[in-house]
Amino acid sequence: MIAASVFTLFALALLAPLVVRVAGRASGWVLALAPLTFCAWYASNLTAIGNGAVITPDAIEWVPQLGLAITFRLDGLALLFALMILGIGTLVVAYAGDALAGHPQLGRFMAFLIAFMASMLGVVVSDNLLLLFIFWELTSITSYLLIGFNNDKEESRRSALQALLVTGLGGLALLAGVVCLGLVAQTFEISEMLERADEITASPWYPAILILVLLGAATKSAQFPFHFWLPNAMAAPAPVSAYLHSSTMVKAGVFLLARLAPVLGATTAWTTTLTILGAATMLYAGVLALRSVTFKRVLAYTTVSALGTMVLLIGTGSPGDGALAAFILAHAIYKGGLFMCAGAIEHVTATKDTRRVTGLLRTMPLTSIALLLGALSMAGIPILFGAPAKELAKKSVTATAHADLLLAAIVASGALFTAAALIVALRPVFARHPHPPNPADPAPTTHKAGAALVGAPLLLGILGLVAGIAPALFIEPLVRASTLATTGAAFEATAKLGAVPLVALKWLIGPSALAVAIGIALYALRTPFGALAERADTVLARIAPPALYQYTLDAALALAGWQTRTLQSGSIGRYIRVTVLGGFVIVGALVWHTDATSAIAPAWEQVKLFDGALIAMIVLAALGAAMVRTRLAAVAALGVAGLGITLVFITFSAPDVAMTQFAVETLTVLVFVLAFYKLPQFRRLTLPSMRIWELTVSLLFGLGMTSLVLIATSESLAPTISTFFSENAAPQAYGRNIVNVILVDFRAADTFGEILVLALSAIGISALLKLRTQNNNDNATEAAQ
Amino acid sequence: MTPLLALSTGVLFATGMYMLLRRSIVKILIGLVLMGHGANLLILTSAGILRGSPPLIPQGEERIADAHADPLPQALILTAIVISFAIVSFACVLVKRAYEIAGTDDTEAMRSSELPIGSDPGGADT
Amino acid sequence: MNSVILRTTTVFILPLLLMLSLIVLLRGHNEPGGGFVGGLLASAAFTLYVLAAGAKAARHLLHVHPITLAGAGLLFALISGVMSIVAGHPLFDALWTDTKIIGQVKIGTPLLFDIGVYLTVCGVVCAIAFQLSESAEDARDPSPDEADPEGGTL
Repeated sequence: MIAASVFTLFALALLAPLVVRVAGRASGWVLALAPLTFCAWYASNLTAIGNGAVITPDAIEWVPQLGLAITFRLDGLALLFALMILGIGTLVVAYAGDALAGHPQLGRFMAFLIAFMASMLGVVVSDNLLLLFIFWELTSITSYLLIGFNNDKEESRRSALQALLVTGLGGLALLAGVVCLGLVAQTFEISEMLERADEITASPWYPAILILVLLGAATKSAQFPFHFWLPNAMAAPAPVSAYLHSSTMVKAGVFLLARLAPVLGATTAWTTTLTILGAATMLYAGVLALRSVTFKRVLAYTTVSALGTMVLLIGTGSPGDGALAAFILAHAIYKGGLFMCAGAIEHVTATKDTRRVTGLLRTMPLTSIALLLGALSMAGIPILFGAPAKELAKKSVTATAHADLLLAAIVASGALFTAAALIVALRPVFARHPHPPNPADPAPTTHKAGAALVGAPLLLGILGLVAGIAPALFIEPLVRASTLATTGAAFEATAKLGAVPLVALKWLIGPSALAVAIGIALYALRTPFGALAERADTVLARIAPPALYQYTLDAALALAGWQTRTLQSGSIGRYIRVTVLGGFVIVGALVWHTDATSAIAPAWEQVKLFDGALIAMIVLAALGAAMVRTRLAAVAALGVAGLGITLVFITFSAPDVAMTQFAVETLTVLVFVLAFYKLPQFRRLTLPSMRIWELTVSLLFGLGMTSLVLIATSESLAPTISTFFSENAAPQAYGRNIVNVILVDFRAADTFGEILVLALSAIGISALLKLRTQNNNDNATEAAQ
Repeated sequence: MTPLLALSTGVLFATGMYMLLRRSIVKILIGLVLMGHGANLLILTSAGILRGSPPLIPQGEERIADAHADPLPQALILTAIVISFAIVSFACVLVKRAYEIAGTDDTEAMRSSELPIGSDPGGADT
Repeated sequence: MNSVILRTTTVFILPLLLMLSLIVLLRGHNEPGGGFVGGLLASAAFTLYVLAAGAKAARHLLHVHPITLAGAGLLFALISGVMSIVAGHPLFDALWTDTKIIGQVKIGTPLLFDIGVYLTVCGVVCAIAFQLSESAEDARDPSPDEADPEGGTL
């Protein structure tokens, strides 16, 4: 069923354009049925997996030589992610049906979206690391297609390319890491690696594996300093932001780290790196969120910040605290909802600037409620699921060595989240006076929002509320199952998650209330604070990763351009010069090294007078063909040279070849005469300086060829296959002309290939000449008009 | 005799190369033919040369009793001659067409007139 | 090239050359000759006729389109190769009969193959010669962009 869920979704992606064509406006709802069904199946396993069961279907061999097999494994962690991917996926597909209703490319969009969903699902349920990597790369490619969906906009294309390059580069690092890991562990199955965790962490390759895997995870999950692609990726349509960049794609890196934590995590290096990386991302992105203007950018930076928190929690996580699972789930629910609200608001008001959106409570009451629920959860206000998730996070870091420092960081992050939540929700929902309209903005329109456009975010908001009030319903088993899978210890937190009044009371006297208070203060001071952050960021921007990315990209393009211009100059002369001189140097070095020239023993004794005259004739004719000033003389010289060669063939026992050469020589002259009828006379085109240079190249080439012949003839050759041909021509092939027997019998397949080439050249000539007639006719028609 | 044949092979290759490096496309064609001659001589000479003993089995016998010329390089040269004829003919037509379209026989000028070719056959005056 | 002498002699030479080409083809298995040389001789005969009487007349004389001739040659060669597969031998393995023609040429798939080579070479060279001659005849028509005054004389 696991394999079926992944591959059915891929198949559905192929069919999506067809479904959209048939189902029309209802296509979102129709397509959402598939993820919904699979989501229900995964959910039905919740109890069993919560109790420690693991579903492992039979492996399917793919490339056994490489250790690549299609093996799936459904444990608590995989289940948590699978439910998020399919659950939120169902809502997103339905939502996209409304958000992009009537879009001419809706079918293509749905295909990309569902293919992405399938790839993501593949990542989380794979047990084979190579298989996981393949799905991982598929998410990069499908997300590239989704981010760049509005491919008529330059910004969109640039953002998509940036996302692809950054995550693709990380993917390469990850592949190297995966291969190293597989070689050290001697298996690519994660379940088997778990048993060899000690061996792997003790191996000398461990630091390399750690760095490479971290690079892969950090680029995918937008950790500092690779965070910049995620906010830019908000150029994508709203459903893409809601899905890829809040709840799925960027969580792939977090998933990978959580998945490999039991294998790689038992070292100080792991804990320290992840903690610092996570904390830095969390705070840096939190600050950047406050100075952002557009609705989606604020949300994007809080996503980066939340991803930092998750990495931090993987680094500090102690067995059984359940903080990571709760935080991931809470974030997916509220962030998905908030992005959908953002999309709905954009859709209805046709603006992307938060400052221009006001009074939503009147115009879009249901969306306002969803927005408020999401924002409150993000701020960590009790009775919403965000609050207990944050409590668990704080609890988790207090168990570590630098508890105070980390707790302070988490509180600071909480404050930044609160402020961001206020920016997102307060003014748009409640403000009465609209911001002075920007003349550049399109006139406010009143699009009608479809049911899914409003319903999907509202459902997620209510889900966050239910999870906050009654966690025992479904959240707790899920957190328990996932915690069991990642840390191997049972989650015992009924008291911590449940009992709303208790949580509320603890919240009021705990650091969380402080965080919210600071957050409100930050919101009030956001203008000066934002300006400060802006200034710091401008300074940082010159050396910071985005700038570095741009420099690298520019440098790579410049290099590619330079080497193409240099190597692919398009000048035949240049190509030949490089080839000949390069070949001469290489072959010359080889000859020098092997001392092959010393074996040359010129056999002058056989030379007869007639031979001397013959050679002189060929040499003079060749020189003449190269030096004469008219075409007729050149063709005549060529004929003489050909005749000389024919005589050489006759002299040295090759009558068949001589006959052929003679016939061809005659025909060549005819062809030249016919073809050159309209061509111009020879001209001197090359500069004298160039001429000397080219003469040198030619002489070197001729010298090389002469040496080649001399070296070849002075070596005693091993008996060739010719002996076999000579022995067997008459008895077996009934032919006394051995050359002909070779051509039509022994090597007939080769000859067949050769006459095929002949026929093709004739067809090519026909095509070239017919083309001319056609062009002439076209010109005549044009002239007539 | 081999050194003399090696010399003429070298001369054919050198002159062929020199013509290939010309900017006039007609000269390039002549270079192509010269090089073809050179290649055939190269194959013949490298395999070892013998006078007056063609690879023909006398009537009524099973094999050639004495040393005889190697038949394999001859078979190779024979097909090479015919194929190079076809290639040269093709190149002739190609050159003719290129001249008609680009309006020049200079390969350098053809490079710079790449754009007008598609838009205005036969009209580019470079 | 509108020479009366050429046109008259061609009428005699053409059948002679064609016959010669056939002889060269058939004796090729035992004496110097074979499909390649035979094909070249046959096409030389037709090329001569092109020079004497023009491409149109030569096409008429050949009856079939030269490319068709080349295609037929390829087909012959292919059939001769495939026949051995049908007989259970490897591709292009020779099959022989005991019959001989003209006293000494044994009948077998290599002969069929050589005929295929003959037809292909003849077809290809004729196609090239006919088309080049036709395009040269086109070019001889006066056209305004005639840039090279010496062009006609080579």
